[in-house]
Amino acid sequence: MTITAPPTSPPSPVDPPLLKATGEPLRERAFKWMLWFCMAVGLITLVVLITYVLIKGWGRLDSRLIQNMPSSVLPETAGAQSAITGTLWLMTFTAIWSLPTGILAAIYLEEYADPNRWYNRAIEINVLNLAAVPSIVFGILGLAFISRGLGFGPTVLTGSITLALLVLPIVVIASREAIRAVPQSIRAGSLALGATHWQTIYRQVLPAAIPGIATGAILALSRAIGEAAPLLMLGVSFVRFNPDGLMSTFTALPVQIYNWTTEARPEYTDLAAAASVVLLVLLLAMNSVAIYIRNKTQRRW
Amino acid sequence: MSDPNGSPSPPATSSVFTTGTRIRVHESPAGAMTESTPDQPVSVASASAGVSDGEDADRAYESVITTRDLSVFYGSYQAVREVDMNFGKNRITAMIGPSGCGKSTVLRCFNRMNDLIAGARVEGTITYHGQDVYAPDVDTIEVRRRVGMVFQKPNPFPKSIYDNVAYGPRVNGWKVQSMDDVVEEALTRAALWDEVKDKLKESALALSGGQQQRLCIARCIAVQPDVILMDEPCASLDPIATSKIEDLMRELADDYTIIIVTHNMQQAARVSDRTAFFTADVDDDGVRHGRLVEMDWTKKIFTNPSDPRTEGYISGRFG
Repeated sequence: MTITAPPTSPPSPVDPPLLKATGEPLRERAFKWMLWFCMAVGLITLVVLITYVLIKGWGRLDSRLIQNMPSSVLPETAGAQSAITGTLWLMTFTAIWSLPTGILAAIYLEEYADPNRWYNRAIEINVLNLAAVPSIVFGILGLAFISRGLGFGPTVLTGSITLALLVLPIVVIASREAIRAVPQSIRAGSLALGATHWQTIYRQVLPAAIPGIATGAILALSRAIGEAAPLLMLGVSFVRFNPDGLMSTFTALPVQIYNWTTEARPEYTDLAAAASVVLLVLLLAMNSVAIYIRNKTQRRW
Repeated sequence: MSDPNGSPSPPATSSVFTTGTRIRVHESPAGAMTESTPDQPVSVASASAGVSDGEDADRAYESVITTRDLSVFYGSYQAVREVDMNFGKNRITAMIGPSGCGKSTVLRCFNRMNDLIAGARVEGTITYHGQDVYAPDVDTIEVRRRVGMVFQKPNPFPKSIYDNVAYGPRVNGWKVQSMDDVVEEALTRAALWDEVKDKLKESALALSGGQQQRLCIARCIAVQPDVILMDEPCASLDPIATSKIEDLMRELADDYTIIIVTHNMQQAARVSDRTAFFTADVDDDGVRHGRLVEMDWTKKIFTNPSDPRTEGYISGRFG
């Protein structure tokens, strides 16, 4: 058998050229532009919004805002201190109520619930539906059952429980996703070493799911911090003192912003814009905590 | 990658491995073979002889795990039918056979890992030192501590090397004098200590595949099991890593009873004392299910099997 030697010189080019580029097809380009456009819509809206609020509120963005109490009489001296502290109180307790409850509920649904049982499927559907319920409905719930039913009144306790119920489905859904993303092989490896179900969850599944859970927690609290409707429903309004406990009446930034925008004098709209900036800053601070937690837990591996 | 729950099919085994086996035959990692059985001539058929000469004279055969009429169901589907086997103390028993014949399914009954699959059910009996593994009063935690398992894909925890090995003793609540010693001993036994002793606090995920698998073996022996189940432990490893794991298995057999599921017949021939050959049968109703064809000393299975199906599989006529 003879073996043909490989050609030593490249073959002469053929005509028309086989490999000549004809440019990116139109459809590819069109699709790429469409994607870019959709992304730009969101981004531009955000930039315009933040710029507008910043410009509008710039004149009032000073120490008066955090040092003074709100006033509906003197816009020059009015501040938002009680609203800022109220929001901090509210968020702290919303997180305390909703995060452990939501995470534990997610663990039950992912790790213990038998998906073939009708009641577990019913719970699952309900959790998804609850996430879509308008926040004002939660306000009605809070007013009827917590504020009046349990007699807590328009206090920090009522507000935080109402907001916790509002964001609970978000925490549950995000935590479930995070728990589900932990590979089964990790669970199997742990169980095969004689770890119990709970040890496996506590030592393997939860640590691996923390980044996802932290992201979900932030999504939930970001929703809660901006909610005005349920709080208005509860009767949260103008308050000129800082809350001093769970049973204290309070006001919150979104409510304060809403109140100011309903005032006729233009100074109050500027004040509302300035308070919006404060709200955004609080939101970013909260997000950065979550990002810190996420990075820290990831670095440990 | 979702959950394996509810799926009625037996554990998936990749069909790639039939090819893989053939490739290995041609490659014939002679180095590995001479290392693990230094005094033996390297030939496929007699490679097993280095381990034991069949019904060996030097050691009495003592059964650790025995199955009687073992059938495994996934829901109403009977994946494995009427298997009778026994696994000898300090022996390596290999379970071979084509994909979907139920080898892994049977293996995972021994430490009750099949409990985790919804709808999985066992009929017949499995005894461990005479005790029924599936008796109602059995503590599955204790079963799994005594019958350890190494998985097909290395699955180190996303923790440090040290924490991986210490995990078992910790979750079992052992009061050890020095966890450092436990970790060192387990890693030494798993032939990994020299490679990792300077980076115990580093992530186990940074290790190579073969090192990860040896770490999983170390993690397993840190809880001082009696039996080690290995579900295709070398399936995702290259030949060099494979030969290291095989050497390790031979060493571990001094102290542990090892049961290994493998697609690689050469591996079964190289490392095991006894071999069980499974096949996938189709019954009169057209239902595919796994069956044990025969179980015997590895040497006999590979040189003089009693069943023509075994011979056909081993000589590469099918599967």
